[in-house]
Amino acid sequence: MAALYDEMLERPTRPRDHYAPFAQWLDTTEPAVIARKRSEADLAFHRVGITFAVYGAEEGQERLIPFDIVPRIIPAVEWRRLEAGLRQRVNALNAFLHDVYHDQEILKAGKIPAQKVLGNNLFRREMVGVDLPGKIYCHVAGIDIVRAGAGEYYVLEDNLRTPSGVSYMLENRKMMMRLFPELFASQAILPVEHYPDLLLDNLRSVAPAGVADPCVVVLTPGQFNSAYFEHAFLAQQMGVELVQGGDLFVREGRVYMRTTQGPQRVDVIYRRIDDDFLDPQAFRADSVLGVPGLFDCYRNGRVTLANAVGTGIADDKSMYIHVGEMIRFYCGEEPILSNVPTWQLSKPDDLRYVLEHLAELVVKEVQGSGGYGMLVGPTSTKEEIRLFREKIVSNPDHYIAQPTLALSTCPTFVENGVAPRHIDLRPFVLSGEQIAMVPGGLTRVALKEGSLVVNSSQGGGTKDTWVLGN
Amino acid sequence: MLSSTADHLYWMARSMERAENTARMLDVTYRMSLLKQGTIEPDQEWSAMLSIAGLHCEFAELYPELSVDNVVRFMALDERNPSSIFNSIRNARENARAERDTVTVEMWEALNATWLDMKATRENGIPADGVSAFFEWVKERSHLSRGITHGTLLRGDAFGFIRLGTFLERADNTVRILDVKYHVLLPSLGDVGGAADYYQWGALLRSVSAFQSYRKVYHGLITPKRVAELLLLCVDMPRSLRACIDEVHCQVQAIDSPRAQELRRRVGLFEAELRYGRIDDIIALGLHEYLTSVVSRLHGIGELINTTYFWPSED
Repeated sequence: MAALYDEMLERPTRPRDHYAPFAQWLDTTEPAVIARKRSEADLAFHRVGITFAVYGAEEGQERLIPFDIVPRIIPAVEWRRLEAGLRQRVNALNAFLHDVYHDQEILKAGKIPAQKVLGNNLFRREMVGVDLPGKIYCHVAGIDIVRAGAGEYYVLEDNLRTPSGVSYMLENRKMMMRLFPELFASQAILPVEHYPDLLLDNLRSVAPAGVADPCVVVLTPGQFNSAYFEHAFLAQQMGVELVQGGDLFVREGRVYMRTTQGPQRVDVIYRRIDDDFLDPQAFRADSVLGVPGLFDCYRNGRVTLANAVGTGIADDKSMYIHVGEMIRFYCGEEPILSNVPTWQLSKPDDLRYVLEHLAELVVKEVQGSGGYGMLVGPTSTKEEIRLFREKIVSNPDHYIAQPTLALSTCPTFVENGVAPRHIDLRPFVLSGEQIAMVPGGLTRVALKEGSLVVNSSQGGGTKDTWVLGN
Repeated sequence: MLSSTADHLYWMARSMERAENTARMLDVTYRMSLLKQGTIEPDQEWSAMLSIAGLHCEFAELYPELSVDNVVRFMALDERNPSSIFNSIRNARENARAERDTVTVEMWEALNATWLDMKATRENGIPADGVSAFFEWVKERSHLSRGITHGTLLRGDAFGFIRLGTFLERADNTVRILDVKYHVLLPSLGDVGGAADYYQWGALLRSVSAFQSYRKVYHGLITPKRVAELLLLCVDMPRSLRACIDEVHCQVQAIDSPRAQELRRRVGLFEAELRYGRIDDIIALGLHEYLTSVVSRLHGIGELINTTYFWPSED
C-alpha cells in the first residue's frame, strides 16, 4: 500500500502550509494545558448531554461521541472545488428524482437500466406524478467525502433520506471556540454557525404555494432515537416546534398540531423519520410514529415534507455508480467530483473478481447504512470473510464492492499522545429556492489504529472542520 | 405551545419538586429519629413518613423490616418505588430531555448534571455519615433548577406550566405533611410547651423551612393551631397551601387557552376560600377531614389541568 496522505504533515516533521499555525500551537503548548483542555471538552459535552444512542447496546445507550481537539483543516482552494462539485451533484440528484417520478427521460434514453429503478423497492410508486414545490426532493443532503491516494477527493456515498450529524458540526465548532479562542483570532476560519438560519430559510422557501407565513416543524421519532439530540437541537436553533407523530393530526385534508390553544396549521415538516413510518394509512400499518392521513395531504400539495418521500431510490448504493451519468444527462457537464471505483456484484464478471479478492476489498450491502452489515477485507479474520462470502453468494444483487481506499489520516489524540487516524468528511447541502451550504461539515475519525470505519455507531469520533478563507 | 410540551414541562417541575419534598420529609424524620426525644416511637415516625407518601403497602412488600436504613433506601434510591428521589429526578430529567428545545441550555445542563450525580450516588450508596448531606444536596439541586428557571427562561406559557407543576406538587406535599404529622403528634397535644413538643413541632416546621418564619410571625410558643394556620393560610409563607394556590391561580389566569374556563373557576373559588378562610373554622370542621378534602380537591385540579391543556378531547 502506498504511503498514506496525512492532512497535517507533508513529511513527518514538516506540516503543510495551511496547518502551520495549528502545528506550531500544538508544538509549543504544554502537554498539561492540552490535557486540561481535552478533559474540559469531555466534561462540557457530557454536561450538555450531546449524546448518541447506540442500538442494541443496553449500557451504551446515550453514549458520548468522542471529540478530538485536533481540527481537520481544508484550504480555500480545495473547498471551492468541493463546493462546486457538491452543488453540481445535488442538482443532478434532485433532477433525477423529479424525472424518475415523472417523465422518466433518463430511463427512456437508456442511460440507466429501467428495471434497476422501477424494480427497486425504494422506488415509491405512490410518488409518481406528484408535483413538489420547486421540484426539490432532497432538501437536506449529507454527502460523504473521503480523500485517498495522493490526496484526491472521492464521493463515498450520498445520504438523501434523513442524514444526521450537523449538530455535531455546530457543537464541535462552539467547543473549539470556547477552548482555543486564540487560534480563531489569528487566522480566517470561515463560520458555520448560521446553518440553522439557512435551514429555516430553505424550509420556508419550499412551503405549499400560497402560504404567506409558513409554519415549520421538526418531526422526530422521539427521544430514544439515536439522533434525538440533533432533532431537538435543530428545532431549538430554528425556533420551531419539535413534534412527534402524536402531536400532529389531519383534519379536512390539512395537517395540524395539538397545542394548549387548540389546533394550529402546519405547512412544512422537516421529518427525521423514515418513509415507512410516516403514515400508517399509506405505509407501514403498525407504525405508531407517524400521522394517519399525512401522505394524502402531502400528495395533494397541502403540506411539504423534507426530505421528500421516495429519495431512497437516488442514494441506494446500486444507484451510486450512475450519479456521474445523471450529472452528464441533466447538467450537461462532466462530474467535478469522482466516485470511488465500484464493482456491482449483480454482474458475473465483477462478482467473480470480488470473490477472488475479498481480503483486499470493502463489501457493502446495497441498502445498508451506518457501517452496519459491511465487510472490510484487510481487517477481517478468515472466518469473517468466509461467512461474508456465503452471504454474498446467496444474494449477490444485494452487494457492491470497492477497493480498500487508503483514506487520508489526521493527527488525533489517542492514549499515548498524538497519532494519525483515518478520517472522512460529511458536508451538508441544502436545496430550496437555491442551493446553500456552510463552509465545512462533519469530520469523522476512526479512533482504532488502522480502522477505516468512522461511523459513530461503530465507535468513531468527530473533529471540528475548518475551512480557511483566503 | 404544543400540548405534549406543556405536559412534559409540568411534570419536569412536579417531579423535581417531589424529589425535594421527599428529601425534606426524610431529612426531618431522620433528624428526629436521632434525637430520640419524647413519647413517640421511632417506628411511628418512619411509618408516618410512608403514610405521607401513600407507600405503606409497597414498602412492606419489598422490605421485611421497618428500619431507618430500609426506609431511606426505599424512599431515596429504590428504582422500584415510583416516588423515590432517584425516580423523581430521573422523571424530571427525562421530561426535560424531551423538551430540550424549550428549556434553556442552563436549565438542561443543571438537571442533567443532577441526574448524572444521582446515578453515581445510587451506585456508590449513601454513606452512613452522609445521609443528611445527601438530603441537603437534593434540596440544593432543586433550588438550583428553580433558580435557573427563574433567571433564564422567557416568561410565557413554558414558564407558566413549570410554575403550575411546582406549586401544585408543593401544595399537595404541605397538606400531606401536616395531616400525617398532626396525627402522629396528637398523643402529645396535652403536653403543650414541653421539650418533646418543641422538638416535634419544630421539626415539622423545619421540614417546610418554616421554623424561622413561625418565630417571626407569632413570637411565641409553638402551638398546633398556629402551625396549621401558618402552613395553610399564611400568604407570605412560600410553602403554605394558600401561597401555592395563589401561584396556581395566577398561572391559570396567565396561560392563554380557550378551554380553561372551568379550571379558572375552580381554582379561583379555592383561592377565595383560602383568602377569606379562618383557622378556627377549619379546626371546628375537623383538621383531618379538611385536609383530606383538600388532597382530593388538589387531585381534581390536577385532572382538570390534564384535560384542559394536555389531552384536548375534541381532536
